[in-house]
Amino acid sequence: MLSRTASNLFWMGRHLERAETAARLLDVGQRITLLPNTDAGYQNEWNSLLQASGTSAVFAQKYGEATQEKIEEFIFFDRDNPSSVVSCIEKARESGRIVRTALTSQVWDALNVTYQELRRIERTPREKLDTAKLTDFTTGHTSTVRGAINATQLRNDGWHFMNLGYSLERADATARLLDVKYFVLLPRIEFVGSGLDSYQWQVILRALSAHRAYHWAYGGDITAGRVADFLILNGESPRSLITSLYEAVWHLEGLARRYGPDVPATARDKAREVQEALQERDIEMIFDEGLHEFLSWFIGELAAVSALVHQDFLLGGA
Amino acid sequence: MSHYNEMFEGDAVRDPYARLSQWVATMPDDFRQMKQAEAEELFRRIGITFAVYGEGGDPDRLIPFDMMPRVFEQAEWRKLERGIKQRARALNAFLRDVYGRGEIIRAGRIPARLVYQNEAYEKAVVGVVPPRGVYSHIIGVDLVRTGKDEFYVLEDNCRTPSGVSYMLENREIMMRMFPQLFRHNRIEPVDQYPALLRRTLESVAPPKCTDRPTCVILTPGHFNSAYYEHSFLANLMGVELVEGQDLFVDGEFVYMRTTTGPRRVDVIYRRIDDPFLDPLCFRPDSMLGIPGLMDVYRSGGVSICSAPGAGVADDKAIYTFVPEMVRFYLGEEPILNNVQTWTLWKDDDYRYVMENLPDLVVKEVHGSGGYGMLVGPKSTKEEIEHFRRKIEANPSNYIAQPTLSLSTCPTFVEEGIAPRHVDLRPYCLCGDRIELVPGGLTRVALREGSLVVNSSQGGGVKDTWVLSE
Repeated sequence: MLSRTASNLFWMGRHLERAETAARLLDVGQRITLLPNTDAGYQNEWNSLLQASGTSAVFAQKYGEATQEKIEEFIFFDRDNPSSVVSCIEKARESGRIVRTALTSQVWDALNVTYQELRRIERTPREKLDTAKLTDFTTGHTSTVRGAINATQLRNDGWHFMNLGYSLERADATARLLDVKYFVLLPRIEFVGSGLDSYQWQVILRALSAHRAYHWAYGGDITAGRVADFLILNGESPRSLITSLYEAVWHLEGLARRYGPDVPATARDKAREVQEALQERDIEMIFDEGLHEFLSWFIGELAAVSALVHQDFLLGGA
Repeated sequence: MSHYNEMFEGDAVRDPYARLSQWVATMPDDFRQMKQAEAEELFRRIGITFAVYGEGGDPDRLIPFDMMPRVFEQAEWRKLERGIKQRARALNAFLRDVYGRGEIIRAGRIPARLVYQNEAYEKAVVGVVPPRGVYSHIIGVDLVRTGKDEFYVLEDNCRTPSGVSYMLENREIMMRMFPQLFRHNRIEPVDQYPALLRRTLESVAPPKCTDRPTCVILTPGHFNSAYYEHSFLANLMGVELVEGQDLFVDGEFVYMRTTTGPRRVDVIYRRIDDPFLDPLCFRPDSMLGIPGLMDVYRSGGVSICSAPGAGVADDKAIYTFVPEMVRFYLGEEPILNNVQTWTLWKDDDYRYVMENLPDLVVKEVHGSGGYGMLVGPKSTKEEIEHFRRKIEANPSNYIAQPTLSLSTCPTFVEEGIAPRHVDLRPYCLCGDRIELVPGGLTRVALREGSLVVNSSQGGGVKDTWVLSE
């Protein structure tokens, strides 16, 4: 497979997952602002979201003070925000168009329809759109694309690259959404363990579509420890760090098997190493280490894996 | 001016259209509108779009598709086929000659200036004979019809003629929407084209290639207006679609960058122009090309289709000499006629053209896509005078032709069905054999009375049928 094709498939997966993350961020933020609030009003919460997605500087420069409308515009529609839903879907569709020959017509169809629909939404007057609609649109359509990929694509190297993109991005996204929690609570440490605190954890679960799953897995109260355990270390939770990483390792193994010993596998080795480091921890250790510190370490390790994927496969051995 | 109507002779329906006319007559209006919408939806979903250079607007614009097919009888097609193949042989013989001894010039049949000072003449490949002596592997011959047995060649496209994906998709969509039409009419298939193209490319593998050749399509990238076609053909042929950045030269060969390391490439079907192929040989600022490609080509390590330099055969100034080439190289009389052409660098022709501008079509020698041309009868006085000054500034940049009375085909329009002007581009493949799929791409000028069929200027496309015996 051409290195450029692999690269486009990898980034198509990443951007689709990233679009979904943006929509989830919007949802988290919106729900947090519905709380009977902290005295600083909703601003802290929105800022924390922007910080978690690494885009607060871009936002401040363009919009100044945060309001619900401005944030929605920024996270969903703004092309100047490289992580907005519109930016990501446009890039994913562009990648897909470049590698049309590597996609089944069902996958292209799903991707192209998503894009066409998105353009229609862009032309809709904003007052006719609510946040829930935008979130549902995004998660619905990205699921359709993923479904088409899993149902119709050949299980070849291209499939591995797409899913590798998905799983690395998902690990990154969950880590960042968890980090929102850190930013939200940072100014008011006395909230930890209060009713407000557990409501905020619940919001994060909802944003990850994991609200019900959590109850099936743990039952009973929502506590910081259990939620973090669910989203970091629980191998049944579909978006947990460990599950996402497990999938990334699985796809890297698949590539290594297919390509044989002549093609370097440093990305796989690194990903395995991070996976083992995760498996050695339990949730108490992570809280002792500091959630934010742990997540920062993890996000850094993911970036390293991603760089090695590039080195191993995407340069073409020239 | 009365135009030849391909479906009707007076009130009578011509034979090839007999069944179709029933189909049209019994089709309810709302059904037609429903089907038209369905076709558009299909095109958009598949992603067939046509971006027009320099026009801005929607990069995902659809090329209009007309559901009314155009029909040829077997006998009509046979004659066209023979004429096109003959022309393709003559054009390749001409290219072999002008990059070799130049016999046709020595014999005084074509002025040396027109060949050797032509922008498309590549000095870099003088003396290089490509595999099987074939320079142009895909030739698109643009034909117009003016009467029952009167066909004229408007121009030849020897470099990288586009549009073949529309020929294939038009058929695909027609078969999907109207299967009953294909059961009742016996229509020659066209879907063997990609396999034939691949076979043609493989048949011209370079001398240094010993295994089954690895072919690729080289595209300028996804911003190119024909990108859809490039990826479509690559997919149907089962070959990689590469950009310049995917290829590199190492020693005697060209390689592509893959996830498992470098892989050798033997045949490149390029969809980029000569000047961009190799920055070391042609334009040094080209970002699309592959440095060192031409060295590998010259030493027989890779084949390039069409061969660099093939463009000199489809120049509008050279065009006037194609019938002469047929006589000179093949010793045959041309089966297909050229349109009468005045070349403005000749004094007599210049005088005639300037006196008759309102009746003529004037084209730039190197222009294409319907740009830079004057259609006299359809232009205002000001437009004509404006164009006159352009000609005066540089007469040798222009040729002129009579305004042909192009044939019409019934076409679906707002009000129902009406005649619109059409042309035809069949695609001729040249390798170890010369092959042609029956039919080609019919382009239709959708505006009433318009003679310009280019998709960049409001033209549409039709499925083209050749009825089997």
